Amino acid sequence: MTRLREKAAPYLLALPAWIWLGIFFVVPIIGLLWMSLMTGNIITGFQQTFNVAIYPEVISAYWEQILRSLGYGVSATLLCIAVGYPVAYWIAFHGGAHKTTYLLLVLLPFFVTQVLRTISWKFLLADDGVVLGPLKAVGLLPEDARVLSTTLAVVVGLAYNFLPFMILPIYAVLEQVDHRVVEAAYDLYASRFHAFVHVVLPLSLPGVFAGVLLVFVPSSADYVNASVLGGTNNTMIGNIIQSQYLVNNAYPTAAAITFVLMTILLVGIFSYAKALGTERVMEVQAG
Amino acid sequence: MSKNRPPAPALLRGLTRARYSRRDTFRLAGLSAAALALAGCGVEGQGQSHSDMTEYWEGRKSNGKVRFANWPLYMDPEKPELKRFTEQTGIEVEYHESIQDMPSWFGEIQPLLANGDDIGADLMVISNGQELTKLMALGYLAPLNREYLGNFTEFADEYHTMSAYDYGNKYTVPYASGITGIAYNPERTGREITSVKDLWDPAFKGRVGMMADPQEIANFGMFYKGISPDDSGVDDWKAAAEALKKQRDDGIVRAYYEQDYIQPLVNGDIWLTMAWSGDIYQVNAEEGSNLKFVIPEEGGTLWTDNMTIPITAQNPVDAIMLMDFLYAPDIAASLTEYINYICPVPHAKEVLLDRASELSGEEKEELEGLANSPLVFPSDSDYARLHNYKVLDVEAGEDKEFNSIFQAITQA
Repeated sequence: MTRLREKAAPYLLALPAWIWLGIFFVVPIIGLLWMSLMTGNIITGFQQTFNVAIYPEVISAYWEQILRSLGYGVSATLLCIAVGYPVAYWIAFHGGAHKTTYLLLVLLPFFVTQVLRTISWKFLLADDGVVLGPLKAVGLLPEDARVLSTTLAVVVGLAYNFLPFMILPIYAVLEQVDHRVVEAAYDLYASRFHAFVHVVLPLSLPGVFAGVLLVFVPSSADYVNASVLGGTNNTMIGNIIQSQYLVNNAYPTAAAITFVLMTILLVGIFSYAKALGTERVMEVQAG
Repeated sequence: MSKNRPPAPALLRGLTRARYSRRDTFRLAGLSAAALALAGCGVEGQGQSHSDMTEYWEGRKSNGKVRFANWPLYMDPEKPELKRFTEQTGIEVEYHESIQDMPSWFGEIQPLLANGDDIGADLMVISNGQELTKLMALGYLAPLNREYLGNFTEFADEYHTMSAYDYGNKYTVPYASGITGIAYNPERTGREITSVKDLWDPAFKGRVGMMADPQEIANFGMFYKGISPDDSGVDDWKAAAEALKKQRDDGIVRAYYEQDYIQPLVNGDIWLTMAWSGDIYQVNAEEGSNLKFVIPEEGGTLWTDNMTIPITAQNPVDAIMLMDFLYAPDIAASLTEYINYICPVPHAKEVLLDRASELSGEEKEELEGLANSPLVFPSDSDYARLHNYKVLDVEAGEDKEFNSIFQAITQA
């Protein structure tokens, strides 16, 4: 009896998570798949016709927005690494007694809702606003230069909004790095650069790996940044799904696009995990 | 206007709400409602026939309370009109500012109405447009009994009783209307704007704002091509889309906006833009800006937010009584003083002028300005230049074709 209980314990402990995922993920996903194959409209109702043709239809109609979203997602992720890694590094190794304070400072802007943060960018980056105005006045920027309503604004907006998801996992890993390992590298005549490249960086890769997942997935599927900061040709696939759903009430179309996007992201993540996966990272650590 | 009145209802409304959208903030709520509908696969269309009016109202009585769902900032927070209603009739009003934009409100109530469930409101304000058309086609709105609508019959002007979307007011009576025209900053444009063609002028490259709403942008594309939207067809839409595509690809359009065009216009990011009348009236009043609003020579559009009764209302008699109460000229005047959009009751103008004559100084001037504003009480010649939205046949799926043509422009 006790043995049985011991064996069952981990499963029982995992049960709430399974129930949660079952109700809020598996059931809706099946509903979504089912919905995507229906035809009809909101007035006459939707009937199940197993209309698989919807998939090639939505891909050929929206491949441009899908590719653009993935491109924006990749750019925002790279930008997050470029900005977030040094920040995490500095806090982990040079933060001293105030590490928690610095982390709080990183998170502080995110206590405000994403929409308000994004909208405040519109104010800051207005063509003649507090940032661009003076730069134009002293001739550093041409008179008609703008940041808002451009691709740049969308990508930077995405990177800004998801930055903590890059900083925190990298910080968590760097924080665990044993300083004696780094010192050992120095003792073996490694330069600061070599110590970083051969010791610290490999040890931090699991954090980067997690950060990339946490930033890339939500930023590829985002719609707020494109609609608030974007211009005429910056529509992301999230915006398309949103308007198919709410404006057109084309539930099957919206469901099909969601599925396509999800499949692409899953395939992408698995290949990424395989290429750069945690296992290899672990090997590096062990080796 | 009294000094203790909150400063700028239409401006605040512009900043916080957006008639059609507010998508940025509230889309999440709408999406989750729609997702729930999906999860339950509760999206069977009804397509039921309109229930018979007399049958609906037979045996129904006032219950002494009514629940009113409205847009934010569409009534003085003190609710003086509702207090007077309660004084006169004894009916208590529960007022909720629960409507943020049409698509997500529709997404929220549609599954409930489809199941015949109460939506928590007996009276709701719905903009004319695709959602209203769908609600009517689905049989989700109670047919109105004219016997209760004495004030409306007596005081509403003909422009609000002969609408294209609900001719004869079978399901709707207007709450307030507005005009879609062009707003511009004369200092930036350097000249007066008079025509829709100005929105296509290469001189304003990258400085033009257009609306993202399919119906709004379609209207202006059609004006540009000399087509009247009211009775347009597929070929007209394609011609309009062609012109709008060129406008976009030539880099003239900076972005497609919901109601968020106001700030960029004030900041000077855009110099001229499609705009709603009430917004500009209030921005100027509050920010001291010098923006101008013009109904272009080709025409503008008249849109209307309507009071409707959901078919599952628990207190429909109280709801229709309140509906009619708001058409008494002094009540309508009081509403207009706060809302600043077009008032459907012409007599309210006299009430406001009477009230102004009892005041003096700045207050008198302000109130007179409001009463004489063509954007609040348009003249017949103003109305003559205004077009209605194309009413799309949602049962035939016309909206699908329409939306896909114009979303291909705004969502490229």
